[in-house]
Amino acid sequence: MVSDAPRPLLSVSNIEVIYDHVILVLKGVSLTVPEGGIVALLGANGAGKSTTLKAISGLLRTERGEVTKGAIEFRGRAIHRRNPSEVVKHGIVQVMEGRHVFEHLTVEENLLTGAYTRHNGQSTKKDLDVVYHYFPRLTERRGFKAGYVSGGEQQMVAIGRALMARPTLMLLDEPSMGLAPMLVTEIFEIVARLNRAEGVAVLLAEQNATMALQVARHGYVMENGRIVLDGDAKAISENEDIKEFYLGLTGVGQRKSYRDVKHYRRRKRWLS
Amino acid sequence: MVDVVYAVLVAPFKDMAGSPAFLVEVLIGGVFAGLMYSLVALGFVLIFKASGVFNFAQGVMVLFAALTLVGLLERGVPVVLALALTTAVMVALAFAIERFVLRPLVNQEHIILFMATIGLNFFLEGFGEMLWGANVKKLDIGIPDRSFVVRGVQINELELTAAVTAALLVTLLAMFFQKTRIGRALRAVADDHEAALSIGIPLKTIWVVVWSVAGVVAIVAGLMWGAKSGVQFSLSLIALKALPVLILGGFESVPGAIVGGLIIGIGEKVGEVYWGPLVGGAIENWFAYVLALAFLLARPQGLFGEKIIERV
Ligand SMILES: Nc1ncnc2c1ncn2[C@@H]1O[C@H](COP(=O)(O)OP(=O)(O)OP(=O)(O)O)[C@@H](O)[C@H]1O
Ligand SMILES: [Mg+2]
Repeated sequence: MVSDAPRPLLSVSNIEVIYDHVILVLKGVSLTVPEGGIVALLGANGAGKSTTLKAISGLLRTERGEVTKGAIEFRGRAIHRRNPSEVVKHGIVQVMEGRHVFEHLTVEENLLTGAYTRHNGQSTKKDLDVVYHYFPRLTERRGFKAGYVSGGEQQMVAIGRALMARPTLMLLDEPSMGLAPMLVTEIFEIVARLNRAEGVAVLLAEQNATMALQVARHGYVMENGRIVLDGDAKAISENEDIKEFYLGLTGVGQRKSYRDVKHYRRRKRWLS
Repeated sequence: MVDVVYAVLVAPFKDMAGSPAFLVEVLIGGVFAGLMYSLVALGFVLIFKASGVFNFAQGVMVLFAALTLVGLLERGVPVVLALALTTAVMVALAFAIERFVLRPLVNQEHIILFMATIGLNFFLEGFGEMLWGANVKKLDIGIPDRSFVVRGVQINELELTAAVTAALLVTLLAMFFQKTRIGRALRAVADDHEAALSIGIPLKTIWVVVWSVAGVVAIVAGLMWGAKSGVQFSLSLIALKALPVLILGGFESVPGAIVGGLIIGIGEKVGEVYWGPLVGGAIENWFAYVLALAFLLARPQGLFGEKIIERV
């Protein structure tokens, strides 16, 4: 089920990541993303999801992090020594946690910066239309400073901006963060449509496992810098431990109150 | 007591009204000086915005550019070619700075980068003098330092050319920032460099561009100021005037650098001419700093300090 294709689009093999030369954060993480697939990377605060994505995109180095062991291959090519700009040119774009829009640029300028690595003005115009097609809300906001649009719209700007680079693989880091449930649903639906219609593969890091497992076909659960569980999205969402301690579900699809979920999160090391 | 009030609050304005043509001349002089300050401040702002580095060497870059230009002219290189070569030198300098100063120090504390630019300052000062000598030089670019009279107002040709050039440069820069792909990328980096990296904007390229632009701005400033008062070490000291301009205009604001420069240039000239005699002159020397101090107390983010957009 992991991959129908003989070779996955992305394969991360047994990587170790160290920050500041001493802080060991990832302790042998392996995962694969198939061509055109959506894979969820789940885990609580500090599990190492963002670090994994940054290791892939090359953003790690700006935070003094380093991949010290293992390998990351994209279409069979090693990319873990590349800088972020080269990685983008290879077809991988990360949408960072917390949106990170360019606040003083307009929404449209934000989108246009996403096309930086591609020089063709003609196709840029076309891609802009594609983004507005998927995010019609942004059309009305195109002339607004991105710092002043709503959080949901900022998340759309961030995803749209990444799309402008025409990625084969998008690394989405907690797109649900700080957004109302309705908006989260809307954004996840768009991501699923993008995946279906444009064929963009997605590696989705999320704390909101319920939502993530609805769009993903495959999932990995991280804890403390290790993958502790992986499998078919459906299987994971039906896993009793996950249900009980992670998804915060009781009964059928009922979400427990935030405080309850927090309580479970505080009970660390639930799987090891 | 009444006399003092009269001398400070009334007499200068009577003088101004009495001879409007002279007032206009003073204002023009102020605009000229102000534009030079603006240009130097602009160099600071560009670099600060794009890399968060406070470039202590900006003033010396002006001197270095002027020295290079004069050196080439003295060796008989035609003006246009000399300008092109000086531009090439400043761009090469930008590459070298990225390679040997910024790249090794990336991710270091700002104070370390600041100290690196102090090092750069002394290096450029020494290097410039080694190449071109330390004596005062005259910079002659073929624009005569003479005046013509329009409606009783004396206008200096050199100052006029300088003002027009500076205004043109600023307009071009604004267009570059607003309309081009690289300009947009520069603003993106200034806003959030990590996000800029995440979509593939290479910081190295951006730094080279920004230092090159600062280098070109330094050439124009050095050219104008040098043509007016000769090329010598003191040229690098106009950077000291750029500091109050930055405080006035905001460290990250291009329009702020321009307006701040004009306010200080005009303010100090008018102050010197009309109020100078009351305090025995030399207002020009401290006006900028006193104004900056007042601003620091009243509006520390400057006139145009970029709004920090806050949201949850
Ligand atoms: N730049 C850094 N320097 C040192 N340690 C870091 C750095 N960034 C992250 N860490 C540490 O690495 C661990 C994993 O962090 P990471 O951000 O990858 O987790 P995460 O799963 O994305 O968490 P969250 O859900 O809160 O975003 C944490 O313990 C964190 O403190
Ligand atoms: Mg994270």
